[in-house]
Amino acid sequence: MQAFVDRLITDGWFSGIPVELVYVLVMFLFGAIVVFAFVMPLVPLTVWLERRVWSRIQSRVGPNRVGPQGVLQGIADGIKNLLKEDIIPDAADRPLFAFAPYLVVWGFVATFVVIPFSSALIIADLNVGILYLTAVTALVVVGVLMAGWASNNKWSLIGGIRSAAQIVSYEIPAGLAILPPVLLAGTLSMQGIIHAQGWAPWDWFLFYNPFTFVSAVVFYVAALAEGNRTPFDLPEAESELVAGFATEYSGMRFALFFLAEWGNLYVIGAVVATLFLGGWQVPVWTDNVVLLNLSQFVVFFLKAYFWAFVAMWIRATLPRVRVDQLMSLCWKYLVPIGFTNLIGTAVWMVIWPQGNRVVQFGMCLLALAILVQFFRRVRFHLRRAKPELYYSPAI
Amino acid sequence: MTSNGVGRYFRNIKEAVATIFEGMSVTFSHLVRKPYTIQYPDRVPVRVQDTLPFRYRGILEVDLEICTGCLACERACPIDCIVIEAPKDPQTKEMILKRFDIDIAKCMYCGLCSEVCPTGSIHHTREFEGADFSLESMVRRFVKEPVVAYKVKKDGEPDPRIAPILERGLRYIEEFAQPVDMKKVSPAEKTAA
Repeated sequence: MQAFVDRLITDGWFSGIPVELVYVLVMFLFGAIVVFAFVMPLVPLTVWLERRVWSRIQSRVGPNRVGPQGVLQGIADGIKNLLKEDIIPDAADRPLFAFAPYLVVWGFVATFVVIPFSSALIIADLNVGILYLTAVTALVVVGVLMAGWASNNKWSLIGGIRSAAQIVSYEIPAGLAILPPVLLAGTLSMQGIIHAQGWAPWDWFLFYNPFTFVSAVVFYVAALAEGNRTPFDLPEAESELVAGFATEYSGMRFALFFLAEWGNLYVIGAVVATLFLGGWQVPVWTDNVVLLNLSQFVVFFLKAYFWAFVAMWIRATLPRVRVDQLMSLCWKYLVPIGFTNLIGTAVWMVIWPQGNRVVQFGMCLLALAILVQFFRRVRFHLRRAKPELYYSPAI
Repeated sequence: MTSNGVGRYFRNIKEAVATIFEGMSVTFSHLVRKPYTIQYPDRVPVRVQDTLPFRYRGILEVDLEICTGCLACERACPIDCIVIEAPKDPQTKEMILKRFDIDIAKCMYCGLCSEVCPTGSIHHTREFEGADFSLESMVRRFVKEPVVAYKVKKDGEPDPRIAPILERGLRYIEEFAQPVDMKKVSPAEKTAA
């Protein structure tokens, strides 16, 4: 984006206006475009899709009345939340209570600065991109803790403290899992990491060596925990803490927490796609820059959204873990595995500086074998239960 | 298998991966199964009313063509939700039905009225959607204009217009008033009853 604006400036589009002002205005403009044209429509759709996927897994139908197949359900819910009374409890710490949801949303929206939608579509290709992303997502914990404290409610406080403990702990395996791709790419910039990969699966960092493959799994688990997703949704644990840190919130402020939570699904997917799945890489099939960028955008979106779908699917599968299990999973399992991956990748780079093609193809075949085995198990369960089948997603 | 700490550690990892893999395959198989939800009321293949049994005690209905005006139902009703006015015509000595109201808001669907009806004129339908906007509109007024009450003929019903209605009524009291023969019912239905 910056290159684009620089060219406009040198071409004399903004003559007479101070350059700094142009940059600020352009920053605001692109921020607004991304938030209102991409994030805001995406979140209700994600919520709707999650509810549909979840209900199909539970042999239900899900929301299918508002608009075609219920896609407008999010708008209906949003309007409902807007019209509801925004209650602030008497005993609450008013400024903090009112500010907390915005901080959470901020921590989520700010990640979109470095998300590479395509080779040209990125707001700012920071040279510390992935580091910036982990730093900004950690802001969410401040908002959640603030909400928990300011509510002046036991459920909220326990939820907030749990969230703090959880996010601070899982930053470590997440950071360790980010390092192998960073080592391989030799850069922290999101575009740089994608440029170091190729469009073909065997050029992805996911299949670079066994360590990066495990690293992707570790990162995904840690990211789920950081995003307060089931099976790590302890901060809001309905059965124990009513709604955790969001207990005292109502109306739009309540909706903002959930905007951030469901929006985070896409962010998690985008980061996994960038680090391990080759981002927007497509074979160069056309000279038209716009068409090429469009195809890159679609590829990146599908890769990112696949992981959002997996998160929904996990949510419908796994029960919530206990607090001690959460901590032991992080410190006893993910952190040692993360260090093993890091050292393993470093050693690998010393032995094969250009990578090992045989291992890369082998990892692809292994992933294919896992996929085949998975669908064989699915077929086994279908054959054993002999259910009435219904393949169409529409109902 | 070693039972020491290291062995257990790696076994834990293996079990976590294997069980999650298996669980995910089970839930994925559910994605292609048919949902059990019945999308009542507008997206059902058959109206729910039509799937109910003949003996279902829904909203009451009166076939005025075969009502004898005997007032048995009015007397049987424990909550007096049936009001009948049937004076005798002084000239022709016939019963004239002037009013036959059933207050659905009061009715408790006990079925006593349809049990005592000699012709099966008052009977439960399989209709159950009785919601309305006011109490007054829940009173069903069956007599639009006064009619002569039905008289039971000795050798069957000669009028071809009334015969099928009477046949239905008689079949209704036959099936409705008779207790179910528990020897003929399957064990599953017995527990349901």
